[in-house]
Amino acid sequence: MDQKNKNSKKPVYSKFSQQELPAWKPILTPGWVIASYITIGALFIPIGLLAWTASDSVVEIVDRYDEACVPDDFSKNPQSYIQNPNIKKTCTRSIKVPKKLVAPIFVYYQLENFYQNHRRFVKSRSDKQLRDVKAENDTKFCLPVAYDYDNKPIVPCGLIAWSLFNDTYKISTRGKDISIEKKGIAWKSDAKAKFGSNVYPKNFQKDGLIGGATLDESIPLSEQEDLMVWMRTAALPTFRKLYGKINTDIEAHDTIKVEIQNNYNTYKFGGRKKLVLSTTTWIGGKNDFVGMAYISVGGICLFMAINFILLYVFRPRRLGDPSYLSWNRHPIT
Amino acid sequence: MGTGRTKRVHFSKIYSFQCGRRRYDDDGSQIGGPGFSRVVYCNETGGVSEGGQSYYADNYMRSTKYTPMSFFPKSLFEQFRRVANFFFLVTAILSFTELAPYSAVSAVLPLIVVIAASMVKEGIEDWQRKQQDHEVNNRKVKVHRGGGVFESRQWKKLKVGDIVKVEKDEFFPADLLLLSSSYEDAICYVETMNLDGETNLKLKQSLEATSTINDDSSFSNFKAAVKCEDPNASLYTFVGTMEFQGQQYPLSPQQLLLRGSKLRNTDYIYGAVIFTGHDTKVIQNSTEPPSKRSGIERRMDSVIYFMFFIMFLTAFLGSVYFGIVTKNDLDGDRQKRWYLAPDRSDIYFDPNRAPIAAIYHFLTDLLLYSYLIPISLYVSIEVVKVLQTIFINNDIHMYYEEADKPAHARTSNLTEELGQINTILSDKTGTLTCNSMEFIKCSIAGTAYGRGVTEVEKAMAKRMGSPLIVNGRDKYFDDDDNDPSLSVKGYNFEDERITNGYWIHEPHSDVIQKFFRLLAICHTAIPDVDEETGKVTYEAESPDEAAFVIAARELGFEFYKRTQTTVSFVELDPVSKKRVERTYELLNVLEFNSARKRMSVIVKDEDGKLLLLSKGADSVMFARLAKNGREFEENTKKHVNQYADAGLRTLILAYREVTDKEYEAFNEKFTEAKNSVSADRDDLIDEATAEIEKDLILLGATAVEDKLQKGVPECIDKLAQAGIKIWVLTGDKMETAINIGFSCSLLREGMKQITIILESPEIIAAEKEGDENVIAKISKESVKKQILAGKAQLSASTSEAFALIIDGKSLAYALRDSIKNTFLELAVGCASVICCRSSPKQKALVTRLVKEGTGKTTLAIGDGANDVGMLQEADIGIGISGVEGMQAVMSSDIAIAQFRFLERLLLVHGHWCYRRISSMICYFFYKNIVFGTTIFLYEAYASFSGQAAYNDWYLSLYNVFFTSLPAIALGVFDQDVSARFCLKFPLLYQEGVQNTLFRWRRIFGWMLNGLASSVIIFFLCIRALDPEAYNKNGKTAGLEVVGTTIYTCVVWVVNCQMALAVNYFTLIQHIFIWGGIILWYLFLLGYGAMPATISTTAYKVFVETLAPAPSYWFVTLFASIAALIPYFCYNAVQMRFFPAYHGMIQWIRHEGNCEDPEYVQMVRQRSIRTTTVGYTARSIARDNTLSHLNLERQPPK
Repeated sequence: MDQKNKNSKKPVYSKFSQQELPAWKPILTPGWVIASYITIGALFIPIGLLAWTASDSVVEIVDRYDEACVPDDFSKNPQSYIQNPNIKKTCTRSIKVPKKLVAPIFVYYQLENFYQNHRRFVKSRSDKQLRDVKAENDTKFCLPVAYDYDNKPIVPCGLIAWSLFNDTYKISTRGKDISIEKKGIAWKSDAKAKFGSNVYPKNFQKDGLIGGATLDESIPLSEQEDLMVWMRTAALPTFRKLYGKINTDIEAHDTIKVEIQNNYNTYKFGGRKKLVLSTTTWIGGKNDFVGMAYISVGGICLFMAINFILLYVFRPRRLGDPSYLSWNRHPIT
Repeated sequence: MGTGRTKRVHFSKIYSFQCGRRRYDDDGSQIGGPGFSRVVYCNETGGVSEGGQSYYADNYMRSTKYTPMSFFPKSLFEQFRRVANFFFLVTAILSFTELAPYSAVSAVLPLIVVIAASMVKEGIEDWQRKQQDHEVNNRKVKVHRGGGVFESRQWKKLKVGDIVKVEKDEFFPADLLLLSSSYEDAICYVETMNLDGETNLKLKQSLEATSTINDDSSFSNFKAAVKCEDPNASLYTFVGTMEFQGQQYPLSPQQLLLRGSKLRNTDYIYGAVIFTGHDTKVIQNSTEPPSKRSGIERRMDSVIYFMFFIMFLTAFLGSVYFGIVTKNDLDGDRQKRWYLAPDRSDIYFDPNRAPIAAIYHFLTDLLLYSYLIPISLYVSIEVVKVLQTIFINNDIHMYYEEADKPAHARTSNLTEELGQINTILSDKTGTLTCNSMEFIKCSIAGTAYGRGVTEVEKAMAKRMGSPLIVNGRDKYFDDDDNDPSLSVKGYNFEDERITNGYWIHEPHSDVIQKFFRLLAICHTAIPDVDEETGKVTYEAESPDEAAFVIAARELGFEFYKRTQTTVSFVELDPVSKKRVERTYELLNVLEFNSARKRMSVIVKDEDGKLLLLSKGADSVMFARLAKNGREFEENTKKHVNQYADAGLRTLILAYREVTDKEYEAFNEKFTEAKNSVSADRDDLIDEATAEIEKDLILLGATAVEDKLQKGVPECIDKLAQAGIKIWVLTGDKMETAINIGFSCSLLREGMKQITIILESPEIIAAEKEGDENVIAKISKESVKKQILAGKAQLSASTSEAFALIIDGKSLAYALRDSIKNTFLELAVGCASVICCRSSPKQKALVTRLVKEGTGKTTLAIGDGANDVGMLQEADIGIGISGVEGMQAVMSSDIAIAQFRFLERLLLVHGHWCYRRISSMICYFFYKNIVFGTTIFLYEAYASFSGQAAYNDWYLSLYNVFFTSLPAIALGVFDQDVSARFCLKFPLLYQEGVQNTLFRWRRIFGWMLNGLASSVIIFFLCIRALDPEAYNKNGKTAGLEVVGTTIYTCVVWVVNCQMALAVNYFTLIQHIFIWGGIILWYLFLLGYGAMPATISTTAYKVFVETLAPAPSYWFVTLFASIAALIPYFCYNAVQMRFFPAYHGMIQWIRHEGNCEDPEYVQMVRQRSIRTTTVGYTARSIARDNTLSHLNLERQPPK
């Protein structure tokens, strides 16, 4: 008997094999629907308000200077201005501070219509070379900016490094210079793991065409924070990059004087350059969008909840009314 | 035991068996010629020892697709034959070039995973086939070892020329030449059900020369050489000669025992192996099983082609834009985007060769957008289907205890098709019925006897919910199968008026006596008396016959002995009340055939009186009654009609006394007719017999239940309620088929029967003429006329239900190209279709006609080899594995043990599988569109340069890791409603038949949903993160931050979408859905912790940049919910106000209304189209007639 049972092909009973596992079988009952909408609404609107207030407390000053900094004689042809090494590129801007800027104040440059996310651009770097002094010949992906005239490898190679942003800002208020701290603007992981502390710039900007900034060959890459910031390519053609930090407050209604070395050529591709001073809060910089989006979606949800309540009250429907079935509406012949 | 020879009557004397011995001399001349080269030396090892003969195939059967050697290349090839897989192979190759927007390894890995999974699945399936082969190949048979000793050997080790001994009820291991048997005249009986589906036994006889070698020892120096035809597929021919003791003997099919058939009613036979393994006729006859693909997969292919189209289109547009922008970068010497160094560009970005760059870029875009095509879809479907079949195989409700057979899905690629069956084409014998007959009722002298209840009555009573009142006695049907009084097989008669000898007190006891005597005498069965117990068993030609003799025995007329000329039985003498032996002299047997529809014997009783005892179909018998023999005619007719409506097979019993003179005249004529060799021999015999089978005196009628398999009427009723059409295709005669139609409620009283047959006088006349062209022409005209008449009837009436009954001969014409569509229209218009006398080929043709003509999904179910064609032709073939025959099972897609399991297989598993697969496919496209669209949108922001927003490994793992598992869980476990409700609301099945879950609207709906989600995610993310600082430290979001955030949102959204779409949340769903999300974070952590050279942009992206920033979390939360709101809204409205059928059932379940019978009934009734077949329809029809009558009777107020 035992033997027979053992050889039996009878499927073993288990809740799993018989597909009878205990399960939660949710269906969208009016209760669930309304409750979900109300919950979302009740959750989103406060979050939205919170984010919006936070964003509102951020003070942001944006100043576009690419056009303004071109001397009037060159306004028809800014190219010849920017490419002429003999013309002084210094340009001074005064900006009114509408509200008190509380330290830390972050200084950004914003580029527009600059495709840092272009695949040719993104690819054109050598992570190995940046990290490892022995890999300075690893310039496979850096073409065309891989070797200088003497066919020596360029460190750091590639289009990204080559096109390093080279405008500089000097800020003063009430006649007093405000120091811009350049330390700590890059991600720590970059300095630690991606840019070698024993890798020094070599043959940089020496292949004839000079793209952007030059680098101090005595400072290792791991301390070249501007480069590190630049080399984290931006996601979109309009982007901001951190230039530095100001650790002193700037009072409201003060006028800031910014002395700009307007070196970087955005005129060629119709790009724009902006200087941005901004404080931050817990959600970052000034961004009303997040708060508004939260509030509006929360509002939509509450609106939907009300609609559904009205629908359920005024258009109750006998459940299981099969006249709605498609094949009853169009009987099969 | 084995060597003892049974002394028995030679069957050959009873059966008219002359046709077996034809002249074969003509064929002998071909021996040795082309196609007839086979030489077998019997009883010598290998059978080919002399003269370096070629080596014949061994007896090893292989049904596997691959060998260990061929597995790798062949299955790899199979994989890449799929368009999508081939496309991914091409992209994988291209990813090694510079065109690729991502690294080659990350592109190849998913492909390898996917292909490997498919191949593992193939391998496991093939291994299972190997196991099956193993079982067959290792069966044992007794083989002559030499010196007259037989030993047990495995089938696979059998060699051509071996002498084997096969015992009763064993299968033949190869094609054998019959040498001798346990019968003196070396005959044996063979059951060929596996080969041709015929249930009657076939008689084989060996050459006389070898018939005396009939014990083990006499084979010690047996030698013979057989020359015969080469292996071929023809089952009914065999040409050869045997050289034995210096003489040549011609061989015929009469000596050939085919593999696949079975020895019956014979203790043992000896045979020489002629064809082995793949040379055997049955294997030669089998065709490569067609590979079937389900309708859903075909539609899925179109969706994939559509996605390919979208992909090519976007890639084209993208590269055109790219080409223009690139060209603009360089205007003579003036560069625009100088930071891209366009003047020093390689070919891929060269402004001077912008068109070429654009073409290259087109390829890059294709690689990038390949994420629109779900790479893991095929393999996921395969995995899901395998798991679904495991559930089918393990369903305890489809396990047949008695035969120890669970359901067995042999192919896994058709599970969802089970949920879309429009028409079932069913075999009858062995499928609907168990092929056993039970004597259940009779009408003698105008009185109905028998309280037995037929399956149909049971089913109807169960449906009505009231105890059935049978002959004044209440009957309950809880578990009466276990009733010990019913334990006699073939006998289910219960009536205390007759049983136990009480019949002598009945008013017409003399008629009753004659009635049962007739049953005891008028047959061709052979008794087998067990010497110890004295119990008699019978070997009969057909189960009907057996049922009659058993009934006679049980009622006291025990037939126990047959000699060549006498029939003896014991009966109760009504006068002396003692059991007396009576021996009747058997003078003639007038056989049954389908034209005569009756069988008679002429006997001389102990008083020397000559009697003609006759039994036959009512259609012929009533016409042959004498004027004075019609005393009970009216009552009997009434009873016969009742019996027929209860699904019983009826026969009319009648007799007459024959004078000596009459008999002599008849015998002379009959003998002459039998001995004539002219073509009209059969006509002469018919003429002679017709002359004596007249002026009969009616005794009564028998009713035999062609026992339906358990639960068949209920199952058919459920299937009918589910809106599935059921056609019966049977090789049986029309009467039997109609009876079964009645007993399983496919036919009922009040249904208009349209019968198409070829029996008009002119056709019969033409057949006599024998001019085939004329016959064909007249027949075709006749069939066409009948079909058109049927159609006219059909269109004239809208309320009535029609049944179409067509026989094989007419079918042959109806299936001709010119009228087959008209025929199909007629057949589709009918509620039931029964095709009787149809050949295996016709079954297949009808199946093809339905499949191709209606374009709907068909399912064929059968158990015999004659159903193989049908099973292979249909979209799904179901084999009944209850009986021993394996042929049908081997060529089926799914094997079940009983017809009734079809209900669960279709309504529960079919519905679930259909739902699961279609939902899963929709979901796959959805999730890939979400993902692909974000890639596209991002690329649009990167001036179509081919830059992906995501890290290479995010890209490649999306399909394989983060989103596939929940989809697979959906495909395996989801249930819209539980099994109980599937069965309770059969109409739910229509969702599959109408394909509501995978129509274009739903597919595009999901795609649109994907598009919407993706647009919402993308724009919310980029607006929320750029260009301002996104964290407190004033850092701005780079590509890696934005990309990872979008990706996180996508993972959340597609997994939460899954959670919204799932109806059935088990722990597994929770694990897979939330696990997918958690896995993503774990991956981020793990990947980010790897050295920066490996993880590149993902290095510490989570721990350092994302996790500490609140905005990352707020964006994720916001985008995930916002992207799901459109679907949620749609679903809430749809579920509440426009629920699909499953939705309504969910409501019923949810609100607990399922216990409220009235409510359930309302939902069911109002949504059911009036069914026309099944016992539900039957009882409704009956109620209608009753109420109609009542109304008429009511006096007008």
